[in-house]
Amino acid sequence: MDKREYQWAWLMVLPVLVLVAFSAVIPLMTVVNYSLQDILGRSSFFVGSEWFKETLNNPRLQSALLRQFAFSFTILAIQIPLGIGIALLMPKRGWQASAVLILITMPLLVPWNVVGSIWQIFTRGDIGLAGFTIRELGYDYNITANAVDAWVTIIIMDIWHWTPLVALLCYSGLRSIPEAYFQAARIDRASKWATFRYIQLPKLTNVLVIAVLLRFMHSFMIYAEPFVLTGGGPGSSTTFLSQSLATMAIAQQDLGPSAAFSIIYFLIILAVSYVFYVTIMNMQKEKAAQQGAGGAE
Amino acid sequence: MARIELNNLAHRYAPGGEYALQPMQHVWEDGGAYALLGPSGCGKTTLLNIISGLVQPSEGQVLFDGVDVTHRSTEERNIGQVFQFPVVYDTMTVFQNLAFPLRNRKMAEDYVTRRVQQVAEMLSLTDVLNRRARNLTADAKQKISLGRGLVREDVSAVLFDEPLTVIDPHLKWQLRRKLREVHEQLNLTLVYVTHDQTEALTFADKVVVMLAGQVLQVGTPQELFERPAHTFVGYFIGSPGMNFMPCELSGNEALVDGERIAIDPATAVAASRSGGSLQLGIRPELARLAADGEPGLLLKVDQVEDLGEHQLVTGHFGSHQFHVRLDESEKINSDGLRLVFPVEHTLLYADEHLVGTGGAKHG
Repeated sequence: MDKREYQWAWLMVLPVLVLVAFSAVIPLMTVVNYSLQDILGRSSFFVGSEWFKETLNNPRLQSALLRQFAFSFTILAIQIPLGIGIALLMPKRGWQASAVLILITMPLLVPWNVVGSIWQIFTRGDIGLAGFTIRELGYDYNITANAVDAWVTIIIMDIWHWTPLVALLCYSGLRSIPEAYFQAARIDRASKWATFRYIQLPKLTNVLVIAVLLRFMHSFMIYAEPFVLTGGGPGSSTTFLSQSLATMAIAQQDLGPSAAFSIIYFLIILAVSYVFYVTIMNMQKEKAAQQGAGGAE
Repeated sequence: MARIELNNLAHRYAPGGEYALQPMQHVWEDGGAYALLGPSGCGKTTLLNIISGLVQPSEGQVLFDGVDVTHRSTEERNIGQVFQFPVVYDTMTVFQNLAFPLRNRKMAEDYVTRRVQQVAEMLSLTDVLNRRARNLTADAKQKISLGRGLVREDVSAVLFDEPLTVIDPHLKWQLRRKLREVHEQLNLTLVYVTHDQTEALTFADKVVVMLAGQVLQVGTPQELFERPAHTFVGYFIGSPGMNFMPCELSGNEALVDGERIAIDPATAVAASRSGGSLQLGIRPELARLAADGEPGLLLKVDQVEDLGEHQLVTGHFGSHQFHVRLDESEKINSDGLRLVFPVEHTLLYADEHLVGTGGAKHG
């Protein structure tokens, strides 16, 4: 009799299942469907894993993937420490704190396309403030001709746009540390560095995990900003994965291969995020285990 | 270790605003265990923060061993502090936590090791020295906090800000005993802030009772019990608190609702001089039953609670509620009890303050 009561309980989760189906599962399965077929107009036939093999062996996509990883790791290596640094320097209370918070948040409110446009104009050699100034200083700055210039500019643009997110996350993390910890540090005569190393940084771990995950996913999907700024050039030096995909799917209408590519792209992000998450969680577990062992000795 | 002097000390958070701490003049002896006791918001934490250097007093000075430290930073005062909730360095082991204040002071490493071992032994932390501090229980963490103060042999004083708040009840007692032990071994100056009278009375040699930014009384637990200097001290300390009844003076007797109660003559003289509204105060524990044939005051009994060894009688004396604590062997007549107020324990309060030197001195 008890069981009967619960037998239809699963009906309760049906609305959620329907929602998830429409928002995620059905679109995803459509893409899976395309990735297994060759579609020419109204006719289509099944090709199996053909498109996946082709995509994985496509040298253009392989180099875009490498470029993508290089980009994501570069901006992470710069934005995370920089964000922590900014958060540490931000005022803690009063109107200054509010003012700085608003100023810092500004770039986050600018739409991607607009960021690209702003920087496109900003870096133009003829009328852009940065472009013109650098050229006047004697360096032949040109993002449409020089791949290094284009790369550096995109990275600086991304730092400008997204470091505030890291800074805000860290700031909230720092603010949540009880004052007593800093009092204790003063009583123990801890140096500024020791206070950071032993109080602030450990208390920031959880916030930093989120910051790294978000920034990795975001940057790995970057599309509009470099597209508007450099159009992926010069050559294909700043063509990242999203742009390669868009070219394939929209410009060339290669639905099968771009569907396969989409799935691979999605799986890479999923895999990296998962590995990162599991690693961090395991590190914490290992620490706990070591402590257990240490205590037993 | 240091003698702490508070010289005309007072504090207002805003200039010209209300006093958070009323002007006070106190000397706390080197090696004494002091408790600051009072309800929330009475200024005890402000006073503690002034001693630790986190708050600069707006008036007066703080002296450690005669040296003015009012404008010295927390770092320079060389104090230890245990906070309301455990503050440990999570990523460090217990050993590293305890060694941290010494290493920051650039002590020789073999001295650090030796000293940490000693302190760990004293606090029963030897078993967990190599474990990370993060995973320990709250009481162990509080011991680490305390240990970080104790490792410095020259620590001026160790301050406690309601340190037992997050500790399990059955461990509170153990930790408090550990504190007493440490105090006896090291003879340190300890200042302990709490709103719990049991903690204050069991921990301290001297209890400082505070109310609304004012120190009402500094005394041994016994003094606070037998001769509260202010009616609030009488209410606040003891369970239940002291009985107070408005009274008038008539020679060497106090009149409470027409009943005559004998008062110490010297007290009566002092009370007649002091003026103000008078109250008679007596501890529930210090009133006793009248013997057969002895004249006594009639207490109407409302309720009797059995407290094990004692019984607590709540009744009416005239129009005033009155508590009396009697031995469990006493027979209680439900019609009423005849009580005797021993002269030495019958105190008079004029405008809430204890009058004169009446009553015998004890201890």
